[in-house]
Amino acid sequence: MPGHPDNPPAIEAVELTKVYGQGNTEVRAMQDVSLRVERGEVLALLGPSGAGKSTLLTALGLINPPTRGRIVIGGVPVLDGEQALVDLRGFRRRHLGFVFQKANLIPFLTALQNVQIALEINDHPPRQARHRALELLGYLGVAERSGNLPEALSGGQQQRVAVARALANHPDLILADEPTAALDSHRGRQVMELFARVAHERGAGVIVVTHDHRALDVFDRTLEMEDGKLLPPAPGVSPHY
Amino acid sequence: MNLAAQDIRHNLGRFALTAVGIGLLLMIVLGMSGIYRGMIDDALVVVDRIGADFWVVQRGTRGPFAEISRLPANLEHRIAAVPGVARARNFVSHSVQREAQGRPLRMTVHGLAWPGDKGEWVNLVAGRPLAQAHYEFIADASLGLPLGERVPLGKDVFTVVGITRGMVSSGGDGLAFFTVADAQAIQFDESGEAVRLERAARLERGGDQDVGRTSPFLLQRGSGPASGIPALARPMVSAITVKLAEGADPGRVAATLAGWPDVSVHARADQEELLVRGMIDKARRQIGLFRVLLVIISTIIMALILYTLTLDKIHDIAMLKLMGARNGMIIGLILQQALLLGMLGFGIAWLLGGWVFPRFPRRVLITPADLWGLGLVVVFISVFSSLLGIWKAMRVEPNKVLS
Ligand SMILES: Nc1ncnc2c1ncn2[C@@H]1O[C@H](COP(=O)(O)OP(=O)(O)OP(=O)(O)O)[C@@H](O)[C@H]1O
Ligand SMILES: [Mg+2]
Repeated sequence: MPGHPDNPPAIEAVELTKVYGQGNTEVRAMQDVSLRVERGEVLALLGPSGAGKSTLLTALGLINPPTRGRIVIGGVPVLDGEQALVDLRGFRRRHLGFVFQKANLIPFLTALQNVQIALEINDHPPRQARHRALELLGYLGVAERSGNLPEALSGGQQQRVAVARALANHPDLILADEPTAALDSHRGRQVMELFARVAHERGAGVIVVTHDHRALDVFDRTLEMEDGKLLPPAPGVSPHY
Repeated sequence: MNLAAQDIRHNLGRFALTAVGIGLLLMIVLGMSGIYRGMIDDALVVVDRIGADFWVVQRGTRGPFAEISRLPANLEHRIAAVPGVARARNFVSHSVQREAQGRPLRMTVHGLAWPGDKGEWVNLVAGRPLAQAHYEFIADASLGLPLGERVPLGKDVFTVVGITRGMVSSGGDGLAFFTVADAQAIQFDESGEAVRLERAARLERGGDQDVGRTSPFLLQRGSGPASGIPALARPMVSAITVKLAEGADPGRVAATLAGWPDVSVHARADQEELLVRGMIDKARRQIGLFRVLLVIISTIIMALILYTLTLDKIHDIAMLKLMGARNGMIIGLILQQALLLGMLGFGIAWLLGGWVFPRFPRRVLITPADLWGLGLVVVFISVFSSLLGIWKAMRVEPNKVLS
């Protein structure tokens, strides 16, 4: 699905550079990174620790603006360097879904409420939000723990609730940073397959940072990062390239 | 879904403890105003109950509540003869501190103009009014004297025949109602030796005076009991209370009395004003300042608590922002908790105060107006103290989730 005006890519980033700190504490975490993810495409981001994967992902997620570069999501220019071109928070609310290595559930809300709140933030009426939240938890196999607080859930269960929360608002772009680190390989693969399904069925773009090479076959494409730069596609890693 | 309520449910113990702490602080704020109101009420209770229209006092003084005022007891009869006066009564009042059953007994002795006034008006809760001219009294319950208790005062022993409640002096001492004659006997009680010396001195003084020389018989009586020589030693009262007749013109009666060169006349409102302004004004300001300090302290403590409650949630607030939550939702979370904390504290202050205050030695009077006032102050405190937390929450960046 090449991008043309009627069908812009899920996300397009142009020459993103991120510099942390200044002077002799300066860290160039990301250097001239450009990438493009089509709708319905599931992309894996690989690379050694400290390569800048999280930096890239959070920049794309509009929570850690790049020092330089442009980001266009769904055809809408949203960031030019550190300057916001739209209401970033509103944009995240309507178009983005996040999953991190840590589930980051809100500790005083039950599993169900953690998903429900994401829907209510997006103006779903509470009853409807609750209904959909339950459905999502069922989908991820944690429905029977819906009334529990996060502290009563295992790491894997928490992570699945977090995935449900990320999917709740039908995001156009899902960004996941090592989402399966807390899961066993079976569950991890299930989550990756779920992302792939959401991408293919709903036309969402998905970028997943992962170290789990066993599940790479789920992805449409694989990118590798090192020292803040994207490596040219390495044939053989991904069946598509 | 209400985030504030969910958070509170999760941290119920901590929240409840905080509410109790704030409640106790607010209870003291409430108590402070109650003490002040109680002081005013106590100060006015005698003036109100006596219900006199005018207070006639020693010329140039402002009456028994402000300073010493001395009037001859027989002035009562002169005033009673003024047209428009229904009733004139001697007012005698002074404090004594004695011992009863081994503990200090501090009371304000109040004279009733027997036989016209037997103390029917003092609001008896037990016993009866005075039934004889001597050796009986009505005691306020706060004095802790039971009915039938016999209390030696001066050279006589007096029996409690009636108990009243809530009758205290502006100093908070319980009132004891005696006949005027007994009240004076207690006030002017002197030892036998002092009496003998005074009689001898009187003889001396009389001898130097014209009356002593022209009336040697009078001089001879002067060396006996004072009651035998009204012209030389007049019994003194503090004031005369005047009750107007139905339909009498207060202005005319006041004008008549004010025209007498030996007395000053004050209306009841003047006496009340005098009590409130003169006696307890400093106390009022003192207590007022304390209240302001307590409100400031409560605000600071509440602000600190709300700030730490917010700090505890900073990661969750970052997550909410990451998910795109609007500021209104986050401010609501903090503000609702602040208001709830304030309201709970207020309720605790009210309930606990209602239980604790009646056990205080002096009256603590909580008026509905003060209660409403405190309610408003609490709303203000809650909103104001949440500002620090809200400010912190507004500054949180969503990428704080990652740290
Ligand atoms: N807030 C920051 N301030 C300064 N330097 C930072 C900050 N965040 C990241 N870095 C640096 O930027 C570089 C890239 O970090 P990043 O977290 O993006 O790596 P990563 O690829 O996600 O690594 P990992 O696989 O360990 O998660 C690292 O050298 C890191 O130390
Ligand atoms: Mg990382």
